[in-house]
Amino acid sequence: MVRLLKTIFLWDLLQGLWVTFRNQNPKYICTEQYPSERPKIAERYRGAPRLNINPDNGETLCIACNLCALACPENLIVVGSARNEETRRKELSYFTYDTSRCMFCGLCEDACPVDALELTQDFELASYTRDGAIWDRQMLEEGPKPSKYLS
Amino acid sequence: MPESTFLDVNELVLNMGPQHPSTHGVLRVILKLDGETVTGTECVIGYLHRGVEKIAENRTYIQFAPYVDRMDYVAAVSNGLGYCLAIEKLLNIEAPPRAQAVRVILTELNRITSHLLWLGTHALDIGAITPVFYCFRDREEALKIFENYCGARLTTHAFRIGGLQYEVYDGFEQEVRAFCDMFIPKVDEYEELLTNNRIWVNRLKGVGVLTGDECKEYGVTGPVLRAAGVKWDLRKAQPYSGYEQYDFDIPTAQNGDTYDRYTVRMEEMRQSVRIMRQAIEKIPAGPIMAKVGKVVKPPAGEAYVSIEAPKGELGYYVVSDNSTQPYRVRVRPPSFVNLQALDRMVRGGLIADVVAIIGTLDIVLGEVDR
Repeated sequence: MVRLLKTIFLWDLLQGLWVTFRNQNPKYICTEQYPSERPKIAERYRGAPRLNINPDNGETLCIACNLCALACPENLIVVGSARNEETRRKELSYFTYDTSRCMFCGLCEDACPVDALELTQDFELASYTRDGAIWDRQMLEEGPKPSKYLS
Repeated sequence: MPESTFLDVNELVLNMGPQHPSTHGVLRVILKLDGETVTGTECVIGYLHRGVEKIAENRTYIQFAPYVDRMDYVAAVSNGLGYCLAIEKLLNIEAPPRAQAVRVILTELNRITSHLLWLGTHALDIGAITPVFYCFRDREEALKIFENYCGARLTTHAFRIGGLQYEVYDGFEQEVRAFCDMFIPKVDEYEELLTNNRIWVNRLKGVGVLTGDECKEYGVTGPVLRAAGVKWDLRKAQPYSGYEQYDFDIPTAQNGDTYDRYTVRMEEMRQSVRIMRQAIEKIPAGPIMAKVGKVVKPPAGEAYVSIEAPKGELGYYVVSDNSTQPYRVRVRPPSFVNLQALDRMVRGGLIADVVAIIGTLDIVLGEVDR
């Protein structure tokens, strides 16, 4: 009898509609208004690569050991080094990082012995050209500068 | 009796996919129809083939780890666990207990995210639009834990050979506990939306029946097998990564139809929460990484390790020739094997049932094609 009444009065459908109605409470809104509202990025987020510089003297931390290039599964890091004749030390001459092929696995970051290469919290990596995705040393040190369309 | 003409031939061949939204990716099914009744199917796969197994032969053992996440991309953590366990077996080492506990927590969390994505899209295929919003809202909470833990949400690369790369962050335990407390009422909410809903029940009951014996013949594993009444779960049958310490049930159902597969998966999410609750209470202290050199060079030999991924038995067969690169990596993906049973399940059904059955098999084409 109860079952028949439940069938006639569409109890199962009302039960579902009640869930929908309950969730209309404004305190359950979870939409993020990107880009005007910046998303919270985790501290360990693996985003845009950055080549750290020593904040004291502005010199790069990279010692051109080539370990990141060897660790990379996609072989997208190219490290160039030259010997400085005055100090007799190997110094970084160029560093390219192809972000278009990067899958942000973090293996280069793990391999770096001096914490020079780091994957940062920047996530806006779009560029207008394909060449723009290949980052040189200057770009890696300064970080990406995404256009801001909203003030 | 006049001779039959072409007008008498009722068979119609219809191409479903690869762009059809309910094929969950790029599956192409050639349907042979008599009216609206399906008389036969043929699956065409390979649209997402990337040659992952071949890539493995050109990468070192450590370098290949991020690629396995890209096979079953909704359950990347499980894939990583299977691969790491296989290499650890080759190296004859075991991850420390602390790493194992964290691995169990993250894998079970991943099982929940995978099942939530399945529930949302499956309901969407059937025509229930509401659940997908709730599923994705709650999946987001789990993905945030992944992001906080290892820095990526989907293709996580969370585990390394021999243990973990990252120590758990401050507040990990609280966040997992909060997720567990938050999640059980949400499962009840999904059940309220769907379980008794007459449209849902009528669309699913008795559709795509696969009996236990048929499941065994096809090699089907996972929730599809358990819905047919076979109590088989690799977490119980051959425990890995310390699953023998945890107390949980294997949910089963009897009929083996699409509705039973739905109930089994819903119950599995509850059991996952149960495992996570037990694991989070006793994460042992200690190291998170076993002694593994910078260069992984296993002795020559082979190893097969299978784990219970959200979709079924996920196996990795790795052959080593004592070099830094694997000689061969063969993956036994659950989706690929489960997809075989599609023809048996849809035969005699309607076109609308094909959509329901593809949804209930919970295939991921990245894993089918690899």
